[in-house]
Amino acid sequence: MPNINELQDFATQVRRDILRQVHKVNSGHPGGSLGCTEFFTALYQEVMEYNTNFDMDGKGEDLFFLSNGHISPVYYSVLARSGYFPVEELNTFRLIDSRLQGHPTTHEGLPGIRIASGSLGQGMSVALGAAQTKKLNNDKHIVYSLHGDGELQEGQNWEAIMYAAGNKVDNIISTIDLNGQQIDGSTENVLPLGNLKAKFEAFGWDVMEIENGNDIEQVINGLKEAKSRTGKGKPVCILMTTVMGHGVDFMMHTHAWHGKAPNDEQLEKGLSQNPETLGDY
Amino acid sequence: MKEYKNTGSKDTRSGFGDGLTELGKTNENVVALCADLTGSLKMDDFKANHPERFFQVGIAEANMIGMAAGMTIGGKIPFTGTFANFATGRVYDQIRQSVAYSGKNVKICASHAGVTLGEDGATHQILEDLGLMKMLPGMTVINTCDYNQTKAATIAIAEHDGPVYLRFGRPKVANFTPEDQKFEIGKAVKLYEGTDVTIIATGHLVWEAVQAAVELNEKGISAEVINIHTIKPLDEEAIITSAKKTGCVVTAEEHNFLGGLGESVARTLAENHPTPQEFVATKDTFGESGTPAQLMDKYGLNAAAIVKASEKVLKRK
Repeated sequence: MPNINELQDFATQVRRDILRQVHKVNSGHPGGSLGCTEFFTALYQEVMEYNTNFDMDGKGEDLFFLSNGHISPVYYSVLARSGYFPVEELNTFRLIDSRLQGHPTTHEGLPGIRIASGSLGQGMSVALGAAQTKKLNNDKHIVYSLHGDGELQEGQNWEAIMYAAGNKVDNIISTIDLNGQQIDGSTENVLPLGNLKAKFEAFGWDVMEIENGNDIEQVINGLKEAKSRTGKGKPVCILMTTVMGHGVDFMMHTHAWHGKAPNDEQLEKGLSQNPETLGDY
Repeated sequence: MKEYKNTGSKDTRSGFGDGLTELGKTNENVVALCADLTGSLKMDDFKANHPERFFQVGIAEANMIGMAAGMTIGGKIPFTGTFANFATGRVYDQIRQSVAYSGKNVKICASHAGVTLGEDGATHQILEDLGLMKMLPGMTVINTCDYNQTKAATIAIAEHDGPVYLRFGRPKVANFTPEDQKFEIGKAVKLYEGTDVTIIATGHLVWEAVQAAVELNEKGISAEVINIHTIKPLDEEAIITSAKKTGCVVTAEEHNFLGGLGESVARTLAENHPTPQEFVATKDTFGESGTPAQLMDKYGLNAAAIVKASEKVLKRK
């Protein structure tokens, strides 16, 4: 059984890392990062089987692909604190000559990253390709992917969703971060997504839900349940409801912090709500 | 003057299909993806021989490119097949981010390039693809001239680690390069030695350049003919050396003169040895319906056009 307190401490430290990264360079995307902190923590600290001795081919291990690459601060923090690269390197986020580009890339050779993402809607196709290669290689490990809800407005997703079910790609678990927000406002106002559960099911996916994606236990249980549903002829989708900006009260329930950094005062307030646990870099 | 013989007209896309068939036997990591054009791309044999390594993605090119990028993770060498128009312009951002920027070992194989696609008309006749692809950092760009060269190139690119754009066409054209040729990426092939004018051609225009050289010879003009199958990386040394010898250049391609082979040659010469140059290419226009021969004639993409351009550039020396 996972030690929930330890995982919550991990998540709290990740939130500090997110705030400090974007504050330092006065740019980046804290809102979605904070909302997905429990997801990344659960995935890398509890659910996924992986080698921190990074190898691009990833044979014999689970793989993860981030499609909504703008939430790089949470990705970088969790990768670093999971052992992929030195935690101190978070200091270089978005700086010149850094491996921690604004959006994740393989181009600078940062361990843990297997595809560039940022231009939205491409990650599910990539994850599907990796999943098909796992089948060809007779590798029983799972491919995980994460997608923003607004990102589903990109048509390529639906090409991939159709392909995955039609070809019984059942070694993939795609999680949709349902925070209901995108840059211009709520998804409901910008372009309503409709009934996503019905849509994924109509395309032939096995769909499950995590009602509170900011409850670490729920996320772990959901991911483990999803894993148990793989290998049964259907791709698995998790609709995970989160709160954008979770853990920093003034950033919650708004799209305002999608791509905006806190000032000095706001940083202090955010950090005070997330006291140091594992130690700042 | 050496005579190049057409050993029997064949389409370049069959060269791709037959090269892929051979790769299927020799390289177990080669996988193929197709967007509902298996017959047009001549991928049927590979599909029949290796159904487990063939992925029909449907009419969904964006997903095909993304999947191909993902399939490299774990050691596969994906060859994607569709028409050049849908292989490039339609999925430029997918190629840019998931393949080129991510440095993935994907081979984007594109048939029905240029006006020789024929009767389907401009919606399907891309004349901008070489430009789109050569602008992507790290992308290798190849445009082969006949069946034998396309087959050799298809086999060769599997050994190259990195993204490749391989462009070929629909119609049957003269097959005149050696069956047993060794295809070296980035290495120009000299077809004629000459002293008066250099003709640098790619794709279907190479055979036209050969015919043009024969015609020019009859007029007392000595043409050097270079087959540039690799637009990027460009064999700059071969181009500069020849331009220094002849003092004038004609480039010939089935592509817009903006962004194609001609511009790459012009940049090379501007930087190293400024030389008068004429462009046999489409001139910032779309194509239209017609037979391949009619279109090549109307858009000035044949031996006659190369002869005319050569005579013009000679006067500019």
